[in-house]
Amino acid sequence: MADGKRIDEATGTSTVGHEWDGIEELDTPMPRWWLYTLYATIVFAIAYCVAYPAWPLVDRATHGVLNWTSRSAHAEEMRTEGARRAPTIAALARIPIERLPEDSKLLDTAVAGGASAFKVHCVQCHGSGAQGFKGYPNLNDDDWLWGGDLKAIEQTLRNGIRQPGNEETRTSMMPAFGRDQILTPAQIEEVVSHVLTLSGREKPSAASRRGAAQFATNCAACHGAGGEGNRTLGAPKLTDAIWLYGGDRESIRQTIHNSRNGVMPAWGSRLDPVTIKMLSAYVHSLGGGEDFVPPAPKPSTAAPSAEAAATAARTKNGKP
Amino acid sequence: MSTKLLDHKKIERNVTLLGVLSLVVVAIGGIVEIAPLFWIDSTVEKVEGVRPYTPLEQAGRDIYVREGCYNCHSQMVRPFRDEVERYGPYSLAAESMYDHPFQWGSKRTGPDLARVGGRYSDEWHVQHLKNPQSVVPESIMPRYAFLAQRDLAGYDAKGSLTALSRVGVPYSKEDIEKAAADMILQATPFSDTTDLMKRYPKAQARDFDGDPTRVTEMDAIVAYLQMLGTLVDFESAKPQEQAR
Repeated sequence: MADGKRIDEATGTSTVGHEWDGIEELDTPMPRWWLYTLYATIVFAIAYCVAYPAWPLVDRATHGVLNWTSRSAHAEEMRTEGARRAPTIAALARIPIERLPEDSKLLDTAVAGGASAFKVHCVQCHGSGAQGFKGYPNLNDDDWLWGGDLKAIEQTLRNGIRQPGNEETRTSMMPAFGRDQILTPAQIEEVVSHVLTLSGREKPSAASRRGAAQFATNCAACHGAGGEGNRTLGAPKLTDAIWLYGGDRESIRQTIHNSRNGVMPAWGSRLDPVTIKMLSAYVHSLGGGEDFVPPAPKPSTAAPSAEAAATAARTKNGKP
Repeated sequence: MSTKLLDHKKIERNVTLLGVLSLVVVAIGGIVEIAPLFWIDSTVEKVEGVRPYTPLEQAGRDIYVREGCYNCHSQMVRPFRDEVERYGPYSLAAESMYDHPFQWGSKRTGPDLARVGGRYSDEWHVQHLKNPQSVVPESIMPRYAFLAQRDLAGYDAKGSLTALSRVGVPYSKEDIEKAAADMILQATPFSDTTDLMKRYPKAQARDFDGDPTRVTEMDAIVAYLQMLGTLVDFESAKPQEQAR
């Protein structure tokens, strides 16, 4: 046992004291910076264990003197943000949706808030640019199935489309004319021809004239005699170039055969009223938003725009 | 130095002592990792509403795992504002207490799915699974159209529930016996689901994949996706969660 430590001559450093087959080891001290870093981490670890939850016990960890939990930190973050938003939220909660355009600053806020809520809840179907997809309407255009003024959009958002169990939901049911054998395949073909003439895609033919008769019996009740659509029933306009499920012969044949009854969630049960209001404002702002025309004109309480107010005033005074 | 009990030299030269001391060191690390699992029952807070998966949902879950959905989707909403505002209330441990294996994950190429249930229509899910780019053009998710072609009948629901009950999921004997029938029943429209609903509260029964004539893997996975995060009623528990 070579237990004697000695000073190595070449380096001037002490050896650790043991020797294996003539091989010795130098006891070079750790650099100071390294040693202090080590001590600092030890101090930090002890402080951390005291301050934060650290040691697992039977049903939870030690609390730590700061009483920190990820949930309380989250609650605090939500509270701070809630307080920051509170005045805006309160203002938005107060204002009736149809009067929002009067307050341009609040409207801008609502549109911005709606834009971010749209990215979370709506883009999956309507697309990140609200451009829509087959079966999911484009929200940028001025073609609205159920109405495009602020109030109508809000109503659609809140109650959804064809949501069972929601009394105010937008609902209607197009029959599956082929599947349920209301029309024969030949008759459907004729109706398709007629529908195609409505938007000028095909020239009137003998088939389309026969289809027109079927259309008048089976389709006009909802889509209108001229295919102009009906917003109360969400029946699309058939005279334009906008087709939710495709406007070619095959798509229209499919639509008439199987019918289409698109759905949209009732966001009223998932989002708070202010978010829905903001979403309405955003969707309305996309380009196709229509002015709200109050059903019973009262210019003093419901006049979203100068034009609507003027219209309402004219109606009331009976003057042009 | 040599007088110390645990002298370096002594340990290095005594293989038994080295072995015993190594065991002690490894055991400390092991105990710290393993011991909490023995108290997991007292660690997981009790939450109202969590129930085992129905056979159809479990089948969907197994398809989810089989297809490797977890490679891109997590199922755990973290308690941060950005997460909660996007996905909904943060996940609770109890919500995955019947998950074998759990699908928490940390890889999010796609969005978190812990609260995806009820967020979209069945029709959307089917269209999206068949061709994700048809509804989300920028998506890089692969197509799973074949799920709609594959019959679910081959899935061993009874075996699956038996295995799960052995690792502690509280399926009753009745649940296990009726597993295969329950699975088909839940995806068959206009069937009598009173008994199913009694054993699996909040279960959703309907035709999920748009093809009422068959029960396919698409039915199962959509049923699973539509129930994710819907069991616990956060509206009544935490009304502040939705505050914006």
